[in-house]
Amino acid sequence: MSSLNLPWHSFEPFPRILSLDPREKSSAPPSRCPFEWASEQLDRSKCKIIAETPLSSSLSFLLQAEIFQEFDVQEDSVTFRINLSVLLDCLTVFGTSALPGTPTALRMCYRGYSYPLMLFLEEGGVVTVCKINTQEPDELLDFDFCSTNVVNKVILQSEGLREAFAELDMTSEVLQITMSPDKPYFRLSTFGNAGSAHLDYPRDSDLMEAFHCNQTQTNRYKISLLKPSTKALALSCEVSIRTDTRGFLSLQYMIRNEDGQICFVEYYCCPDEDIAEAEL
Amino acid sequence: MGGWGGGHLWTPPPSPLGLGGDTLCPVRGVTSVCVCPPQLSLRAVNSSRSAFASFLFAPLFFQLYEARGPPPHLELCRCKVLMKSFLGVFRSLPSLEKTVGKCLILLKPRASRLVVQLHCKYGVTKTHNLTFQECERLQAVFDTQRCASSLCAPARVLAEAVVHFPQTLAEVTLAAGPGGKISLRNHVEDEAEPGKTMVTELWLAEDEFQTAAVAPGSRITFCLKEFRGLLTFAEASNLPLTVHYDVPGRPVIFTLEDAVLEVHLVLATLSDPESNLQPPMANGVSHLPAPSDEFADDLGSYMIAMEPPSTYEEGSGVPPIPPFPLCIPDPAESDTEEEEEEEEEEEGAVLGTPPHKKFRSLFFGSVLAPGEPSLAPTLEVLAEDSDGEY
Repeated sequence: MSSLNLPWHSFEPFPRILSLDPREKSSAPPSRCPFEWASEQLDRSKCKIIAETPLSSSLSFLLQAEIFQEFDVQEDSVTFRINLSVLLDCLTVFGTSALPGTPTALRMCYRGYSYPLMLFLEEGGVVTVCKINTQEPDELLDFDFCSTNVVNKVILQSEGLREAFAELDMTSEVLQITMSPDKPYFRLSTFGNAGSAHLDYPRDSDLMEAFHCNQTQTNRYKISLLKPSTKALALSCEVSIRTDTRGFLSLQYMIRNEDGQICFVEYYCCPDEDIAEAEL
Repeated sequence: MGGWGGGHLWTPPPSPLGLGGDTLCPVRGVTSVCVCPPQLSLRAVNSSRSAFASFLFAPLFFQLYEARGPPPHLELCRCKVLMKSFLGVFRSLPSLEKTVGKCLILLKPRASRLVVQLHCKYGVTKTHNLTFQECERLQAVFDTQRCASSLCAPARVLAEAVVHFPQTLAEVTLAAGPGGKISLRNHVEDEAEPGKTMVTELWLAEDEFQTAAVAPGSRITFCLKEFRGLLTFAEASNLPLTVHYDVPGRPVIFTLEDAVLEVHLVLATLSDPESNLQPPMANGVSHLPAPSDEFADDLGSYMIAMEPPSTYEEGSGVPPIPPFPLCIPDPAESDTEEEEEEEEEEEGAVLGTPPHKKFRSLFFGSVLAPGEPSLAPTLEVLAEDSDGEY
């Protein structure tokens, strides 16, 4: 039986990150979350919720044990599959905005295989109990992204990237990321209908928290895959951008809550091989 | 382009460009902005050719202007960039001022690229390589000297006036009234039911204008949306706005000028061929909707303008007439092309009356109080009373 207890506001960014941006128009039936299913992985050190995203990318929400008031996981590893939209709806049963002065408490309990996930939410004396059915965990795509293979890494203050990501030319199919020990150091490029656009961050910029680039690498990623992670960018204070020998991209967004506690959103993406070289 | 391998370079302050782009945007249907060196001139015309805007930035506007490469051939490089692309560079205007320090514009004719580079805070550089096409010279032919009337006011005065009109309003009528007053009224379609249309009219006193040299009784109707765009720019740039207009059908020209910037917005106006035949006559009744279509064809061509109760000019020679519904009939012609203006050797933009508008009269009859007998043989119901007696 695993039991996790934490104040709501630690969990608060989670639904926001995974919910559909109301400004985005989509012909799909209205659903708050673009990803229907997720896997929840619990081990002794953390709780990880991995959204089932289209192949070649992965988005997960990571909460370390330390930020929980109570973190009791008996087994080495527990995994189950859960409907993400339902989970989000339950988590936001008291509404999506955190009211100041009325902290919501969340307790998650999972008895084991084939049992539902129990959520207890309490706000202002009102308690809501949710039982969400769980499923067999699906085989998750393992991106096998390990630090030893990392070629280039930069850590940027999110403030500098937010606007850039929001203004990305969406008529471009790809986002090209160039990381290099030489100029242009760190460059984001799009190739859209209007022409190409480049965003350059110099290594000595105030926004650059860390710059470790060993080799010049240029990789392209499907922009549609990257878009869902931009919500996390909006909420984060720092983002770490890493590429490995295969050109796989890892984005780690550090989100700090009111108590100063940190949770992470991790995003992995494969480089796009199919797209032909666009002219500059 | 011949052997001219160089490009032009400007490094202006970025926000007026962005604002200028935003102003061009409401010129509906515009899809391109023509960049014509050596001055940086942004010009746009809408697809129906009823609106033309130009922003001319003098070399002084820029911190640095240089033409690189061998001197250009006689044929200047003129390029046309997609409006959306250009505006995309200057998105998020409010943050532009705070984040962008310097803007570089480089024209690369050989590569068919217009490069706009924004140097932002924290050393970040945004470079946009916009594709362009060569375009013909884009110039509307207009002459403010030929306009009978002109007004000049701080943009704020006009901006505060148009705020009273709904955002969805398509056209507005500007008119010169008695006592030097200037009125603005929403233009009402013929198809609208007279009894169910709201008319908003406001009057500006002569002293609100810096200069007002208007032909008495003159009036014009033009598109409000495009005008609003210009007002936003005018307010931001803190320049007085001058309005030059002539008779209905001839374009109205709005200008903003200072030492480094010249802006023109030329809009077609609704034409009314019989408007200049007779002067409008006064009557002390208040505003009212336009008469309906069914009006008889054989009416005389005089009309009544709605004026506030005050003396009207001498010289009209006609004594005040009691409330009398009258209008110029609508011949149901579809928009007529503006009379041809002389063209330059290359093609200029010819302004036509806005599309899908029948030309119509801009004059209104008076409101008849319910129960009052009509005074004209052909009474037109202009304002139905609420219990639908008529």
